[in-house]
Amino acid sequence: MASAIYQCIEQIGSKIIEHKDFLTELDREIGDADHGINMARGYSEALKALPQEEEDIGAVLKKTGMTLLSKVGGASGPLYGTAYMKAAKVAAGKKALTLEDGKAMLEEAIAGIKMRGKAVQGEKTMLDALIPAYEALTEGMAAGKSPYECLADMCAAAEKGVEYTKTIRATKGRASYLGDRSIGHQDPGATSSLYTLEAIRDFVKGL
Amino acid sequence: MVGIVIVSHSEKLAEGVRELASQMASPDLPIIAAGGIDGGIGTDAFKIQAGIEEADRGEGVLILADLGSAIMSAETAIDLLEREIRVVIADTPVVEGAVSAAVTASTGAGLDEVLEAAMEAREMHKL
Repeated sequence: MASAIYQCIEQIGSKIIEHKDFLTELDREIGDADHGINMARGYSEALKALPQEEEDIGAVLKKTGMTLLSKVGGASGPLYGTAYMKAAKVAAGKKALTLEDGKAMLEEAIAGIKMRGKAVQGEKTMLDALIPAYEALTEGMAAGKSPYECLADMCAAAEKGVEYTKTIRATKGRASYLGDRSIGHQDPGATSSLYTLEAIRDFVKGL
Repeated sequence: MVGIVIVSHSEKLAEGVRELASQMASPDLPIIAAGGIDGGIGTDAFKIQAGIEEADRGEGVLILADLGSAIMSAETAIDLLEREIRVVIADTPVVEGAVSAAVTASTGAGLDEVLEAAMEAREMHKL
């Protein structure tokens, strides 16, 4: 029987693979048309490389990050790779996670992406989905909502963040070459970040 | 001697720059190509990490990288290093910078001087 964390990564991978063409299409508009292809390849390889029965959540996340790093190719390799490896440190040695752990993992992942991409919120990147998501999760927890409600709020905020990326100009990455012409298009990295969070929400709901 | 690592999205491009720069360098100069990912276009932090470790002779390593995520992968590679190596990324054109750095490193110059030589490539005029 595959461990819960393996199943969760599998669910994230399936969601990314399912939306591979759409992500690539978004990247064709403002980038180099490989985001969906690269991410789908990364997750396919990760699912092959991960030990299915390993229960140490940190170990599985670290391996996921390292595989994405070595298989994705574009900027999303180091960015998602770093995010997973940072989250892995919080989960090291753990076989179960609380919502508090999840929040700390998202915080670390965001810090890793900021550090690796030298980016801040508002530059039409993954961070425009992830930072509002983290804030909504934190608020939900402070308001004493149920774990699933907190995760649902997190995803709703990430979705708004993705919408927001349509209104702004890219200043980081390949899309920044387009300047104002990047306005009107939603960011592929913010979109794949939303899918990741939604897959986690749905996984938790199914537990 | 200072080591040099050439990072490119293309394996062939990295290898070509290595070949070109080596031609003007001492045969002892460690200059390593770390291009492509899994045989395709992209950059691989683990390949770059291995390149840095291979190029290291104890006096530091200079990285020259091409577009976009090449820098991000190079920075990730530095974080992945399993031993203490002084590594600097040169913010300079790859071909001209590599030739300039290789020539200077071949004289036994230190990392700061090799970096400076690589950076001079930014001001190189061709016409």
